[in-house]
Amino acid sequence: MKPTDIAAPDYFHKVVDCQWACPAHTPVPEYIRLIAQGRYSDAYMVNWKSNVFPGILGRTCDRPCEPACRRGRVEETPVAICRLKRVAADFKDDITQRLPRPSAKNGKRVAFVGGGPASLTVARDLAPLGYHCTVFDGDPRAGGMMRSQIPKFRLPDSVIDEETGYILGLGVEFKGGHRIESMKALLAEKYDAIFVGTGAPRGRELDIPGRKEAAASIHIGIDWLSSVSFGHTDKIGKRVIVLGGGNTAMDCCRTARRLGGEDVKVIVRSGFEEMKASPWEKEDAIHEDIPILNFLVPVAFIHDNGKLTGITFQKVKAEYGAKGRRNLVPSGEPDQTLACDDVLVAVGQENAFPWIEQDCGIEFDKWHMPKVDSKTFVSTNPKVFFGGDAAFGPKNIIWAVAQGHDAALSIHKMLSGEDITERPLPEVHISSQKMGIHEWSYDNDISNDKRFKVPHRDKVIALKDIRTEVELGYDVKLALGEAERCLNCDVQTVFSTSLCIECDACVDICPMDCITFTQNGEEADLRQRLKAPSLHPDQDLYVSSDLKTGRVMVKDEDVCLHCGLCAERCPTGAWDMQKYLIEMTHAGSSCPTKSRSAA
Amino acid sequence: MTYIAKPKFHHPGLKKNELGYTHRDYEGKISTLCAGCGHDSITASIIEACYELSIEPHRVAKISGIGCSSKTPDYFLGNSHGFNSVHGRMPSVLTGANLANRDLIYLGVSGDGDSASIGFGQFAHSIRRGVNMTYIVENNGVYGLTKGQFSATADRGSKSKKGVTNTDNAIDLVAIALQLGATFVARSFSGDKTQLVPLIAAAIRHKGASFIDVISPCIAFNNHAGSTKSFDYVREHNDAVNRLDVLVGRDPIAVDYAPGTVQMVEQHDGSKIALRKIDADYDPHDRLGAQTFLARHAAKGQIVTGLLYVDPDAEDLHEHLNTVETPLNTLEADTLCPGSAALDKFNASLR
Repeated sequence: MKPTDIAAPDYFHKVVDCQWACPAHTPVPEYIRLIAQGRYSDAYMVNWKSNVFPGILGRTCDRPCEPACRRGRVEETPVAICRLKRVAADFKDDITQRLPRPSAKNGKRVAFVGGGPASLTVARDLAPLGYHCTVFDGDPRAGGMMRSQIPKFRLPDSVIDEETGYILGLGVEFKGGHRIESMKALLAEKYDAIFVGTGAPRGRELDIPGRKEAAASIHIGIDWLSSVSFGHTDKIGKRVIVLGGGNTAMDCCRTARRLGGEDVKVIVRSGFEEMKASPWEKEDAIHEDIPILNFLVPVAFIHDNGKLTGITFQKVKAEYGAKGRRNLVPSGEPDQTLACDDVLVAVGQENAFPWIEQDCGIEFDKWHMPKVDSKTFVSTNPKVFFGGDAAFGPKNIIWAVAQGHDAALSIHKMLSGEDITERPLPEVHISSQKMGIHEWSYDNDISNDKRFKVPHRDKVIALKDIRTEVELGYDVKLALGEAERCLNCDVQTVFSTSLCIECDACVDICPMDCITFTQNGEEADLRQRLKAPSLHPDQDLYVSSDLKTGRVMVKDEDVCLHCGLCAERCPTGAWDMQKYLIEMTHAGSSCPTKSRSAA
Repeated sequence: MTYIAKPKFHHPGLKKNELGYTHRDYEGKISTLCAGCGHDSITASIIEACYELSIEPHRVAKISGIGCSSKTPDYFLGNSHGFNSVHGRMPSVLTGANLANRDLIYLGVSGDGDSASIGFGQFAHSIRRGVNMTYIVENNGVYGLTKGQFSATADRGSKSKKGVTNTDNAIDLVAIALQLGATFVARSFSGDKTQLVPLIAAAIRHKGASFIDVISPCIAFNNHAGSTKSFDYVREHNDAVNRLDVLVGRDPIAVDYAPGTVQMVEQHDGSKIALRKIDADYDPHDRLGAQTFLARHAAKGQIVTGLLYVDPDAEDLHEHLNTVETPLNTLEADTLCPGSAALDKFNASLR
């Protein structure tokens, strides 16, 4: 193999698995260390810069970081990254002084359609640069689906108010209750750029017999949730069936439990394991006495002269085709009818752009989705950008944020007369963490603790009030314990070939057997000759250039604990622990600089 | 020294030996030696050898004297018996322990100061008596704990870190061990685990006095130009006569060396050593030949390593003395004191 090019920003970025997996590339270990030090406001600002909604995401994020977390490959469970984010939000001081100041206007106007996370992220990036940002939303308050679809017992209004408030406070104009009905009319207002962040607002229908007749008791999940959210709906029947296996279904069933549903069931077509809902959301539902029944396909709504009485299901089983594709086929057992008073249909969301006229220069594909560039987020109309669910279909808040940052960068570049396809590299700050012979500026003593559980409110109390938040969040002590579980993967093991005397000290001390000195070879061959088996070929090998004996140093990055013992036991300083702080370049950041301080 | 304990986590794919242990289970406390010390690599090699042999840790007694080398038993086999004795007295303590209980595996760990200076006589007599043990000298040629004075194994003409030339002749412990009748004699290098680990494993399986001289560079005081015990010098002057693999148990490990170059040596306990010859003329069963070979190569400034001599059918001290097989601590009172009738019979036999 060729020597690893550690100057390429992606190499060490990939080692920080959580940050690499996060769509917004939040520097996770950096803020977790700040939490451990009790520097909650600093931790919050690291988050705020990167993911804009730490308090909201700390409660609701889909956590792509956690399955990626290296700790999950070393022991059973990853670090509770998401809930630590909430800790930063919960315990921070007043941070308003740290927010960017609204700057003098640069005379350029940007309109935003929809006031959800994507639009607000773009506005957050552009407003401090002097753009006049106007956000239009059909709802009276900002937040989009974060406010309308996420139940208050998971995400209180106060958190949304606070974090949307920080953005609107940057001088962003918010026009609530103002739904944009025509793109043509909006274009006619001569904005310099338009950002569409309208989400995926339409719940998918379930067209089976009885749907029309029993319509009064059949509700589309996301519409019903927003109706609950705005106080228009405050009760439901005693027996409720929720159809669908995603996170919306989980929100529906738990909401139903709080509005009078006593016998609430979730029924999914697939198997329990393949459900789209996050495992922890399923757990929370089950904890609230909501059974999840699987392999049942609804075939008809049963009604008595329009009054819903139940649903008939066909029983299916999973069969796997030649390419491992799963097919649900009838199991042959008799159909099953389950009685209910109300049904919540949460079988998916769709995009809908009835307000975009055909002659706006915005082209749509055969799935009726706008043609959007996946890097720049520009549509076929160079002044119109899309982001969030509106661009590529339903995903999670953190994706909307990540896309918002990219779209903001495009808009800023376009309006600065630059080529929007040229994307800047992330900023990388490198610094040795060595403080003394065996002292590091990070805590390298590995905690053996198992993942700490987030305390929940007592179920009896939680189910009584739909606005009572269920999760209480970590207290300071639990947060410290959980923060200590982080392996500091951003503190990288950096190897200097010229200093190595091949004494084997690093090999001998490494608790994870990551390091091997051997003859060079092709990657597949090298992976066979490592000191411990290579379990994850997607994890890189760090290969040095040739050493004095003609061998090379090969380090499997896979399960490195970043404990720094290789560097402590190295007599010549050939190993050093260097922190790589990698930050995505947002609109208006200065040119990426590389800084390196000597070991 | 390192302040933190070595993390308990280990690689999830680590192989387990017959006892269900990983090599991490054979570790001791974290080393307090200087970073990069060759002794730590010898520690790692002992761990590896014991793991590969599936040795039950509680069947091992590790005994040492004083010095950097003699600290190392704290760093391996944390669940074994240990005795950190007086300076140079490891061989006596080991001999005593061995006589009291022949069922344990005896690992004597010493250094060049401990064995070639203050304990030279002790070393000589334990070898001469054929105590069943593995005697490892971690040989760095300097007194590291007292800031790097020449030890008795430092080569004449080699230079200290400060530039002083050594005018004394060196003791070659391997030559002495051969001369005194050790039945397993080897030399190796801490920087070459592929050679060292099988040597330690074979020595442990050998019945009789096994002696391994391991050259172990002292990073702090003896790893400079002018030293003959530095990483660079040893790598340049290493003349390995053979490589070996230890085969234990019923499943022979396939050895894919070219036919004719592999010599199988069966030891007393049935384990086999597959010797891969590097020097075609070298015969590890010829004690006299080995002595001449060593002397000739030493004169050329070469460091001969590998398995230098082995007598697979060696006897040990217990056989010489015809001692009781049962460990003394499990001999019951009626065996120890068989009564006046037995005494009378014994006395009668002497009349």
